[in-house]
Amino acid sequence: MTDQEEETIEDIIVARDLEKRFEDLTAVDRISFRVRKGEVFGFLGPNGAGKTTTMKMIQCISPKSGGTLEVFGMDVDAHPREIKGRLGVVPQETNLDPDFSAYRNLLVYARYFGIPKREAEPRAEELLSFMQLEEKRDVLIEKLSGGMKRRLIIARALINAPELLILDEPTIGLDPQARHLIWEKLRSLQAQGNTLVLTTHYLDEAERLCDRLVIMDHGKILVEGPPADLIRKHAGSDVVEAARTPEVVARLDRLGLDYDIAGDMLQVFTDSPHDVARELLEVCRHEAVMVRPATLEDVFLRLTGRSLRE
Amino acid sequence: MIDISSRVRSVWRRNWDAFIRTYRVNFIPPFVEPVLYLLALGFGLGTYVETIDGIPYPVFIAPALVSISVMYSSFFECTYSSFVRMYYQKTFDAIIATPVGIDEVIAGEMFWGATRGMIYATLMLPVLLLFGVVAMPSSLLLIPFSGLAGLLFAAIGMCFTAITPGIDALNYPSFLFITPMFLFSGTFFPLELLPEPIQYFALAVLPLTHVVTINRAITLATFSPINLFNLAWIVVATAVFFLLAIRLMRRRLIV
Ligand SMILES: Nc1ncnc2c1ncn2[C@@H]1O[C@H](COP(=O)(O)OP(=O)(O)OP(=O)(O)O)[C@@H](O)[C@H]1O
Ligand SMILES: [Mg+2]
Repeated sequence: MTDQEEETIEDIIVARDLEKRFEDLTAVDRISFRVRKGEVFGFLGPNGAGKTTTMKMIQCISPKSGGTLEVFGMDVDAHPREIKGRLGVVPQETNLDPDFSAYRNLLVYARYFGIPKREAEPRAEELLSFMQLEEKRDVLIEKLSGGMKRRLIIARALINAPELLILDEPTIGLDPQARHLIWEKLRSLQAQGNTLVLTTHYLDEAERLCDRLVIMDHGKILVEGPPADLIRKHAGSDVVEAARTPEVVARLDRLGLDYDIAGDMLQVFTDSPHDVARELLEVCRHEAVMVRPATLEDVFLRLTGRSLRE
Repeated sequence: MIDISSRVRSVWRRNWDAFIRTYRVNFIPPFVEPVLYLLALGFGLGTYVETIDGIPYPVFIAPALVSISVMYSSFFECTYSSFVRMYYQKTFDAIIATPVGIDEVIAGEMFWGATRGMIYATLMLPVLLLFGVVAMPSSLLLIPFSGLAGLLFAAIGMCFTAITPGIDALNYPSFLFITPMFLFSGTFFPLELLPEPIQYFALAVLPLTHVVTINRAITLATFSPINLFNLAWIVVATAVFFLLAIRLMRRRLIV
């Protein structure tokens, strides 16, 4: 993929033929990618694609089975402590400490990094206000809503002022307000020069946040690039959707246009949507034809298929 | 071989902080337990037993009460409580995402388990003094020794935690290992009353036997060379189980 590019110190993460096998299953199948300093890099893919497994190898908590993986120019097997000290982690499964309040969660976590108390205390207050959690300062974890927990776990990931943030589904299960707040915070972190790696199932989120992303499936990287490029390349500029009737199918076949089937709808990916729509309006009621810009979701579904993963 | 640094302290401190936060519930048992046992067994049953080997019955069982309390608090801390932190609260997962490694998490948990035993022994001591059933100043040795004994039971507990499929399966070591020890380790009657093979069995595989023997020497202030053998047994077993627990936990948690 990017193996031939010359190596620069600006690469925060370099993976080559990275592989992870569990007994009889290859969860990550020889993938290669580079994450550059200061960018937001996304991992997308259906359930079980291998995103979390990849994140855990970057975090040095799950040993790789093959290939090479360097973070900050250091080998993950040789320097896990140094790497972990400069990393902030938002795990997919919330693991805040239920024995403590929001504030104490941050202090206890700071101790694991060896941050002295007098530094940790002001930093914890600062992070609570950064994530708009001041009012929940002394509240136990179980009394926080899902969105507050997610915000607190982001605050916790920032306690050691990390250069690289690994966020595994940071906005899972959040309402639109909370998601927007988190996006805003992530962007401001990027503006401060941090590098962010995130996974998400919200494709609009990936489209907004990521400078570059990969789409994974079955442990392999299918495509890599900036969202706009991927859309242009794999879906075209626009999508014409029409009811799936025999007349529409016949017309499309006659025009020699490819289409995807999505339930009772047909989708035509095209760079000339108006011409296609005009043709289809001749055989359809006008409400049954819709033109919209192509999105990352279209790319995702085209590449990974529409069938559900078990 | 094992990768441990001063970072162990941060794991220990986490548990200490959580313990202090709920100190009211945590500090009651060590005061209440010895009172109940001494009243029921020492002075109730003791009316009939009167003396064992010339020792008044309450004085005979006092060191056993400390030993049992240390065993229970350290063992249960590193079985049920550690399992909850590991499996349900995902606390270990959260910690190993920091520069603290898995070996340090497990070691910190075991040192904490030992500390709990030590806290219990320390809190029981004034109660036992009040009842006049332990000698001073030798009984002050109960405190440091409970740290070692606690580490032994914590490490044994952690081995079970590392291999248990679920929290319910921890009932097996509790009933099949801890409960028999509670009864057959020279606690409430001398080991010598048991058939000889069982005596040897107890000395060989029931750690509490050695702990009770030493604690009894401490509270009666009558030491003998045999106690050095007891001590050696405990030190070796502690080292073995401590390393084994870390090994087993690595196997469980590093995937
Ligand atoms: N500890 C493990 N032991 C065995 N198999 C595992 C383990 N962890 C993950 N897997 C398997 O590896 C594959 C990839 O899982 P992973 O969690 O990386 O997927 P994911 O892309 O993060 O999915 P999701 O979107 O559902 O979070 C899955 O098939 C999963 O069952
Ligand atoms: Mg995942």
